[in-house]
Amino acid sequence: MTSTASTAPPGLLVFQPKPDRPPPLQTVGVVGWLRNNLFNGWYNSLLTILILLLLVKVVPPLFSWALFDAVWTGGRDACTAGNDGACWVFVADKFRVLMVGMYPAEHLTRPILAGILFVVLSALSIFRLFSARKLVLLWVVGTAGCFWLINGGWGLTVVDQSLWGGLMLSLGLAVIGIMVSIPLGILLALGRYSQLSVIRALCVGIIEPIRGVPLITILFMASVMLPLFLPVGMEINNMLRVQIGIILFSAAYMAEVVRGGLQAIPAGQYDAAKSLGLNYWKTTVLVVLPQALRHVIPSMINRCIALFKDTSLVIIVGLLDFLGMTRASIQDPNWLGFDAEAYVFCAFVYWVICFSMSRYGRSLERQGGNE
Amino acid sequence: MRTKKMLVVMLCVFAVTATQSFASTLADVKAKGYLTLGVSEGVPGFSIPDSTGRWVGFDVDMGRAVAAAVLGDAEKMKFVPLTSKQKIVAVSSGQVDITSRTTTWTMKRDAKQGVDFTFVVFYDGQGFMVPSKSGVTSAKQLDGATVCVTSGTTTELNLADFARANNLKIEAVVFDGKKEAFNAYTSGRCDAFTTDVSQLASLRTTVADPKSHVILPEIISKEPLSPLVRHGDNQWKDIVFWVIDGLVAAEEYGVTQENVLKIKKETKNPVIQRMLGVTGDVGGFLGLDKDWLVRAIQAVGNYGEIYNRHFGPGTKLKIPRGLNRQWKQGGLLYAMPIR
Repeated sequence: MTSTASTAPPGLLVFQPKPDRPPPLQTVGVVGWLRNNLFNGWYNSLLTILILLLLVKVVPPLFSWALFDAVWTGGRDACTAGNDGACWVFVADKFRVLMVGMYPAEHLTRPILAGILFVVLSALSIFRLFSARKLVLLWVVGTAGCFWLINGGWGLTVVDQSLWGGLMLSLGLAVIGIMVSIPLGILLALGRYSQLSVIRALCVGIIEPIRGVPLITILFMASVMLPLFLPVGMEINNMLRVQIGIILFSAAYMAEVVRGGLQAIPAGQYDAAKSLGLNYWKTTVLVVLPQALRHVIPSMINRCIALFKDTSLVIIVGLLDFLGMTRASIQDPNWLGFDAEAYVFCAFVYWVICFSMSRYGRSLERQGGNE
Repeated sequence: MRTKKMLVVMLCVFAVTATQSFASTLADVKAKGYLTLGVSEGVPGFSIPDSTGRWVGFDVDMGRAVAAAVLGDAEKMKFVPLTSKQKIVAVSSGQVDITSRTTTWTMKRDAKQGVDFTFVVFYDGQGFMVPSKSGVTSAKQLDGATVCVTSGTTTELNLADFARANNLKIEAVVFDGKKEAFNAYTSGRCDAFTTDVSQLASLRTTVADPKSHVILPEIISKEPLSPLVRHGDNQWKDIVFWVIDGLVAAEEYGVTQENVLKIKKETKNPVIQRMLGVTGDVGGFLGLDKDWLVRAIQAVGNYGEIYNRHFGPGTKLKIPRGLNRQWKQGGLLYAMPIR
């Protein structure tokens, strides 16, 4: 104030605005936010109060069950000794089978290494330390490495696949399923758009029947009916049959997802590519697919999440995946009656994995370009 | 409908032609070097992966006994968890060598579904549970009682039949699920609870004080559980039958996991001598060697030991032997003579 007064010529009155008054207390800060978001109108206020009441009823008991009253150490007796909390001892006791199934104890380091490799690969993808092309290559090599570690061969003792199980099996089926079904789905989608009627008919003939039946039917056919038709003595590994079923099913859906992207490309793009003298494959790889795939990232991530969750259906063909192992663990005669803990843990792990995938998908969308 | 029938006929033809052209399972198992056993995806006490990832249970031990007799090693096994829908077809199609998975021996399965049953290893059936403080010791004392039961199952029907046959006035309180019915019983809604005995036992372990409930000795329905093998391979069926028969006989004659070698050396009893291959060659009848039963007993013990390991008083399940006692104690276990 003094500075402006000093610069003004003496004797001249300069208009001095008063400083802004602060906005009314009811519209800013916590109070304002509450008024705007929770209590605008009588019915919203009512809803807020009801929901608050519900939360007060539900949340504290939930927390005291899951955390404060929970039993973290000791044996089964610690859980049954008049305690109302969750019995996480049970999950700890079953942790090994939940993660790797019947995998033999003497080779346990191998699935652990594979798990570390998997986490490292995921981290590399999330923080994008490499270009997309290198990442794809890394994933292919890494997954092959994980498979080698778990399966054995080439210097490692072979661990029979009937011993695999738990989260390891679920993730394995999902990762291999995703990695094979995306390229396969893209090929099927391109085939469906092809000018050659034979290829088009073939692709439609693959996509539509597979998309027309539930996954559970495919798995059941692969696991129960197929042995009846196979020539005597010929035995295709159950896990391979299931994996192929999952891949085919997922590829058919991926194909439809990609087709959506292909349809979104305006015809002018094709014409432009043609006028530049690009042939079919160059047009497809350089012009069409990069744009088409960018359009369908959300639905693709969606399919990947669904695929991961669908792997839990393999329990109907007798593979003890993560959910199957959870259900088997509940039946242990020494640990009967802890269903809630087992399912809560199982749900939590599924949620963590699926939520991470969906966040990763979001960041891909935002980034847009380097898909 | 027509096509469905055709499909079924075709399936049967396939199944039959498939089963006929199999090689002998014994030769197959020896060539593979392991036995493939179909088990459940988790039935308490019968077959279950334990916390170290090893398959344990009553049904599992029966399979291990066969592996020990045939291959000389009870660990040379591969386990295939089967759902109840798969358990028949898995063995009839040759996916597994034996299915040992709480399967009731019924005529339809035996005659029409391409499988053979071997030996009833567990006489399960519907039983009753009451609070121990009620003082009831026999199901015949349940006159005027309310009984919790699941709806729409044979369980409900069996209960009504039992009540009528014994002239008891039993009031059934019906629930949709087993858990609901059991919870109603534990909260005092009914005087008794009824389902299969093996399930009564596993449900009982979930209450705070399992000792406060007793399972009554009566069994009012027939659920004879038996391992099954593929129809048409009689040698293999014989092997499974006689190995389990041998385990039952071993209990009858007091041969245990611990004393089997000692008894083999010292016994003067000609029956035991034949069984354990000291004299004669009963193993040869099956295409096995003389020590077949000794190995089986060494691996898993006699029938009584197996029973006690998984259902006995030392376990959480504590299922009373009931019908599964030896014939001399009033049970149904009757080992055919091994000679």
